[in-house]
Amino acid sequence: MARVLMKGNEAIAEAAVAAGCRYFFGYPITPQNEIPEYLSKRLPEVGGYFVQAESEVSAINMVYGAGGSGGRVMTSSSSPGIALKQEGLSCLACAEVPSVIVNMMRGGPGIGSIQASQADYFQTVKGGGNGDYMIPAYAPGTLQEACDLMAKAFDVAFEYRTPVMIAGDGMLGQMMEPVEIKKVDIKEYDLSWATRGRNGAKEPHIVLTAHLDADDLEAFNEYLQAKYRKIMAKEVMFDEHNLDGDPEYVLVAYGTVSRICKNAIAKLKEQGVNVGLLRPITLWPFPNEAIARAAARPSVKAVVSVEMAAGQMMEDIKIAVNGLKPVELIYRLGSIPPSPDFIATKVLELKGRK
Amino acid sequence: MSQAVFTKTKLLRDVPTHYCPGCTHGIIHRLVGEAIEELGMSEKAIGIDSVGCSGLMFQYFLFDQQCAAHGRAPAVATGVKRVNPDCLVFTYQGDGDLGAIGNAEANHAAIRGEKFTTILVNNAIYGMTGGQMAPTTLPGMKSTTTQRGRDVEMHGYPLRAAEMIASHEGTYYAERVSLHDTANILKAKKAITKAFRNQCEGKGFNFIEVLSTCPTNWGKNPVEALEWLKENMIPYYPLGVLKDKGAA
Repeated sequence: MARVLMKGNEAIAEAAVAAGCRYFFGYPITPQNEIPEYLSKRLPEVGGYFVQAESEVSAINMVYGAGGSGGRVMTSSSSPGIALKQEGLSCLACAEVPSVIVNMMRGGPGIGSIQASQADYFQTVKGGGNGDYMIPAYAPGTLQEACDLMAKAFDVAFEYRTPVMIAGDGMLGQMMEPVEIKKVDIKEYDLSWATRGRNGAKEPHIVLTAHLDADDLEAFNEYLQAKYRKIMAKEVMFDEHNLDGDPEYVLVAYGTVSRICKNAIAKLKEQGVNVGLLRPITLWPFPNEAIARAAARPSVKAVVSVEMAAGQMMEDIKIAVNGLKPVELIYRLGSIPPSPDFIATKVLELKGRK
Repeated sequence: MSQAVFTKTKLLRDVPTHYCPGCTHGIIHRLVGEAIEELGMSEKAIGIDSVGCSGLMFQYFLFDQQCAAHGRAPAVATGVKRVNPDCLVFTYQGDGDLGAIGNAEANHAAIRGEKFTTILVNNAIYGMTGGQMAPTTLPGMKSTTTQRGRDVEMHGYPLRAAEMIASHEGTYYAERVSLHDTANILKAKKAITKAFRNQCEGKGFNFIEVLSTCPTNWGKNPVEALEWLKENMIPYYPLGVLKDKGAA
């Protein structure tokens, strides 16, 4: 398919269809409405199903039912809606139901605003629901990357039998960029566990979230943790920018903010300040080792978390850097993206302070 | 020469259950198993377990099942049925699960005319959690959270779920049945079978409310409990067909 100019939400929706998504359950919330709108028209064209649920809570449980039956299923929402879905996310993780959840983050807390934010970092990577579970989360920086990551998200969901999140933001969802929706080679996965009727199987298929025996639950949790260690070992994704030129500072930023950081880095370069960028593509598993390597570069004075949140990602950067270098924070709150000048000025302030 | 005049449904395992003595869940389990067997859907049935006493039914039934979070069974069934349009899909829920925390899910499944079946087990109390007030607890009835009896000024009136569900255009068939004697158990079997058959024929949302007992949390023996159901529940929850779009 040739490159076409598309709005972010619609591009992501079409990329999901290309990745084999045939079931979508959602509930309206700004700034992600173009995803359900697009899929309500598009899915029936490819033999799929769209249901507008009565709430986010219901939508995520419809995802559970369809995914538990082996369907390639997706839902999308935005911050307060994702908060409502957390009960379902915990159940999806527990029952090991493959599924993709798109979050176009908006400002919070509470109802907040409808503009872009990254203040859902905690509820994305710290297990927003109950229990010990993790969800692989991809943070695209461009619409092309968002489209490409949809196929990756479905693959990871089925390979590891886990919910997978796409962590975007309102700006990514609302802006337009040229994208190529690539043809996806859809892999066949074992679905012998799914509820499709017993059909002569030796035992019935049970999609289970309850383990009332404590020993049984502990063993199940150990199994889940082993799965998460495997994901941490194999699925980390990140991108590096200008790290090889002896940078004084390493910015760590994801999604929309990482793009603004690149502009700030160009501005700083004009002023003779060399700054690099490490961009996590997976928020979980977090690129701990890459950040530690960047921090260890002799030229690096500090690692700086740049985020549209009050230092949520900085906590993970501190764990990654583990005291090797200072970890600083540049942020704007609510739903205001930092401008390149704002970031550049803050970096110069850091430099002046030393 | 002995002859078997009754055999247990093949869809139930030969295992002891966690249900209390005299609890009517066992009867409903049997009726559900028999109905699915008689419709020839044993290999094509998918049950959605709810939270509460029936949350453990996956240990007993021999067809596919998904365990739903509290109240969410109708949403889960909505997803299951989209992927498995040829399967017999049903939710099996208690009155707290369906009438309180899952009220939205149950109503909107009916409003959408979802092509699955819901079986509501109404025993007027939260059983699994130890006898708290349910949306169906009768006025004056004692529970662990209405220790002087349900005061309607404070807690409002009990929910008539079958009437509520029957009011939706998407509901094809809604009936309330009871298990207090053999004749009514046979009627319940007929209703459950019909609700399943309608689904297999692609007809809208089908809903059966089964009046049931909870001797343990009611503080009665099994026989007293059945008598109490008959004397107290049926006057508030009248039996019979509330809606049948298939009736001529």
